Amino acid sequence: MNYIDFSLKVVGTRPIRPDGVDKVTGRAVFAADTRASGMLWGKILRSPHAHANIVSIDTTKAAALKGVFAVVTGQDFPEIASEEAFVGEGPMNFRDLSLNCMARTKVLYEGHALAAVAASTQEIADQALALIDVTYEVLPHVIDVEEAMAPGAPVLHADMFTAGVTPKPETASNISKVVTFKKGDIDAGFAEAEVIVEGRYTTQPVHQAYIEPHACLATYAPDGQVQIHSSSQGHFMIRAYVAKLLGMSISNIRVNPAEIGGGFGGKTLVYLEPVAVTLSKKSGRSVKMQMTREDVFRASGPTSGAAMTVKIGAKKDGTIVAAQQVLKFQAGAFAGSPIGPGCMCGFAMYDLPNVDVVGYDVVSNRPKVAAYRAPGAPITSFAVESLMDELAIKLGIDALTLREKNAAKNGTKTHYGPVHQNIGFTAVLDAVKAHPHWKSPLKEGHGRGLATGFWFNIGGESSAQVHVNEDGTVTAATGSPDIGGSRASIGMMVAEVLGVPATTVRTIVADTASIGFTFLTGGSRVTFATGMAATQAAEKVVEDLKRRAAQTWDIPVDAVEWKDGAAYPAGSNAGAFEPLDLAALALKAGRTGGPILAEVSINAQGAGPGFGAHICDVSVDKETGHVKIERYTAIQDVGKAIHPSYVEGQIQGGAAQGIGWALSEEYIYNSKGLMENAGFLDYRVPVASDMPMIEAVLVEVPNPRHPFGARGVGEVPIVPPMAAIANAIRSATGLRMPDLPMSPPKVRAALDAAG
Amino acid sequence: MDELITRREVMVVAAGGMALSQAPAHGADRASDASEKQTSDVPVSLRVNGRALTLHVDQRTSLLDALREYAGLTGTKKGCDRGACGACTVHLDGRRVISCLTLASRCQGKDITTIEGLANGDQLHPVQAAFIEHDGLQCGYCTPGQIMSAAALIKEGHAGSDPEIREWMSGNICRCGAYPNIIAAIRHASRGA
Repeated sequence: MNYIDFSLKVVGTRPIRPDGVDKVTGRAVFAADTRASGMLWGKILRSPHAHANIVSIDTTKAAALKGVFAVVTGQDFPEIASEEAFVGEGPMNFRDLSLNCMARTKVLYEGHALAAVAASTQEIADQALALIDVTYEVLPHVIDVEEAMAPGAPVLHADMFTAGVTPKPETASNISKVVTFKKGDIDAGFAEAEVIVEGRYTTQPVHQAYIEPHACLATYAPDGQVQIHSSSQGHFMIRAYVAKLLGMSISNIRVNPAEIGGGFGGKTLVYLEPVAVTLSKKSGRSVKMQMTREDVFRASGPTSGAAMTVKIGAKKDGTIVAAQQVLKFQAGAFAGSPIGPGCMCGFAMYDLPNVDVVGYDVVSNRPKVAAYRAPGAPITSFAVESLMDELAIKLGIDALTLREKNAAKNGTKTHYGPVHQNIGFTAVLDAVKAHPHWKSPLKEGHGRGLATGFWFNIGGESSAQVHVNEDGTVTAATGSPDIGGSRASIGMMVAEVLGVPATTVRTIVADTASIGFTFLTGGSRVTFATGMAATQAAEKVVEDLKRRAAQTWDIPVDAVEWKDGAAYPAGSNAGAFEPLDLAALALKAGRTGGPILAEVSINAQGAGPGFGAHICDVSVDKETGHVKIERYTAIQDVGKAIHPSYVEGQIQGGAAQGIGWALSEEYIYNSKGLMENAGFLDYRVPVASDMPMIEAVLVEVPNPRHPFGARGVGEVPIVPPMAAIANAIRSATGLRMPDLPMSPPKVRAALDAAG
Repeated sequence: MDELITRREVMVVAAGGMALSQAPAHGADRASDASEKQTSDVPVSLRVNGRALTLHVDQRTSLLDALREYAGLTGTKKGCDRGACGACTVHLDGRRVISCLTLASRCQGKDITTIEGLANGDQLHPVQAAFIEHDGLQCGYCTPGQIMSAAALIKEGHAGSDPEIREWMSGNICRCGAYPNIIAAIRHASRGA
């Protein structure tokens, strides 16, 4: 059923957060807050080198230490065949993931795990790690993406032969693959162009930097049953990876989703869980592990840094006739950067006749990248939207007008294949034009930037149950960890269908043994896909309740109507009966067929793409190079905001992370390939005093493929900020900042160079 | 000196008094491994959330680990263990401190308030209530630290304006970026306070 044109009572309102009281009182249970009887602490020994062969590991002294119950190394983990996995966000190779969790013969980055211990206290575990003797043969390393691509660079994997080129290369390199997307005739396009602009841009790896470090508690029982409590964006993902990496059957593994303290894409892989299970198996005890903040920076996440060139050709009236992009993305130590979406998203906002995009996925001696909010899109869009600004300046056309002229519409064929349908980009640009921020005069000394962004959003497999409890209250259970308020949005959709207040429905995240398979929380899919499953489950419950009322009244089921949370006779000739509400029907459930519940498992299709546009005003301190955000407005097509406050929260949060990416966040390496800023004092994420008020503006162009019209909203808002800020700096100073972050030293250097 | 209680009583206080959904505190697990300990424990007597508590902790143990792993009070969060994120903020004799940089053994006789002790029974502290009303959180992991910091900030008289609140809250990172609502919540709570 579709409710898009209905008058809604719950969806679109702003009830208080159902998980709020637990979170403000310290009751919410995150993974590190769990414990088990006789529990041990697991800790990991990590490589101090960027690249080295492991000559030998001697664990004798560590194992002999009192209080140590298990020591494991690569030898304790099964060899895994190379096999593509589609378990997490983006493709991953099972063998690579196994090697990333525990190195075998070679360490590929500083922080790479190579041994682990389980001990009765954290202090003893630390002491045991110090007693492990490792002999390394240090190898030359490479950090920079273009240096890693150059001939003669240290090669990380002797079996990496670039895919996507013909003929297949005969020598190994650090380029795992080359991807290309072409539309039209790029040479003819540039030949037709009256104005051509070009630029080269770089971005640095940035970390998702969730405040909760990765943590888990694992128990391996003697009969092979495994229990895991874990903080992740997908407990089914954890189950699948642990099963594969340890050669276990899925039915022997039960994963309980803990409350998750931020993920932003970074908790879509396993790091600790296979190690904790192995330590538990060896020690016979439950094992808890939690990463330190340094481990989080050095050994998990981040997203790719990149080097990019872009070239755009246009007619004098602003019509773009050719667009070309070359993207080189760092993947970290193993293949699998978000190069695919990087190639697809940069030009996805525009209707372009001739496009040529080439992308390189490149390994180097850095931690393996993980998904981060709209993986790939913010990087590629920083380049494209910066150059769009240059094109507007060169043409003497307003930045908004240039985008309006070339905007993708319904029916626009993208350069990567699909035709855009049910998109709201022009509505977003209309909202920019109408917004007081865009219309306001620029203050003296300020600069203003505009940038847009795109993200696909995805659907996929989801399961949901709706239970009417014995007292008429409702429990909705799904398999989607809640990282952005989805318990609230799912409960609200269920309440809307059942005709009850939001507070009647309590939504929970069920463990892997208690609900059908559900793909992880990522790709902005949960309110769309899991919401769709929950809506359908609620509709099945309503059908069942109507049948039960009909049975009670002894009238045909189509003579029963469901409204406002109760069954009514449909019209006067159906009979005169008092309405039966949820509580009344629940009371009679035993006599009308037993417990009332419905479960729906679907593979949701038709996720609506999301578009956004951000307007940013900045001032630049000429003395220090410090960029201050003076005003920030983020406009986005959200389809239908189920809980508008949480949608605004997602937009503000995405913009805040984008501001950090733009101005202060970066991985800094020394000449030995070691990270120099693995902590929050030196890796600077935005704090309260850095942040302006971010105004979130919701544009609602309903997605007809969702019962309430919803689109994913969590990822688009991190796409535009970097270019919006760069364009604002250009407006304020006349300087183009092509390299992120636009930190005070760089801005100051650019100001000095310009005299 | 505060009333001394046994390790078993510590567990009862922790598990019964603080509505923990998790299993017993660390003391239970540690007891069986006591002979394997490499360093000597020191007794520390504190008042935590109004209750006298004596913990036997490693001399190197931070107040954060003492609260979480010895007293079973896991509401206080570890985000960095280096004093850089603010998630572990608690009140020590009424002042906000970063508990990961505070040695437990230096807290002898001190009065500690954690997020579990801020509410008055079922009645939320005005800052807790304001965080719910203004939705000053998303994932909730930094929230105990934000709230403890905010409650102290209001008492300190640093909630005079939004820029002042932002400045004095800048030791508490919220990576979800809920800052606009956090500021609104503190502004609201400070007016009521």
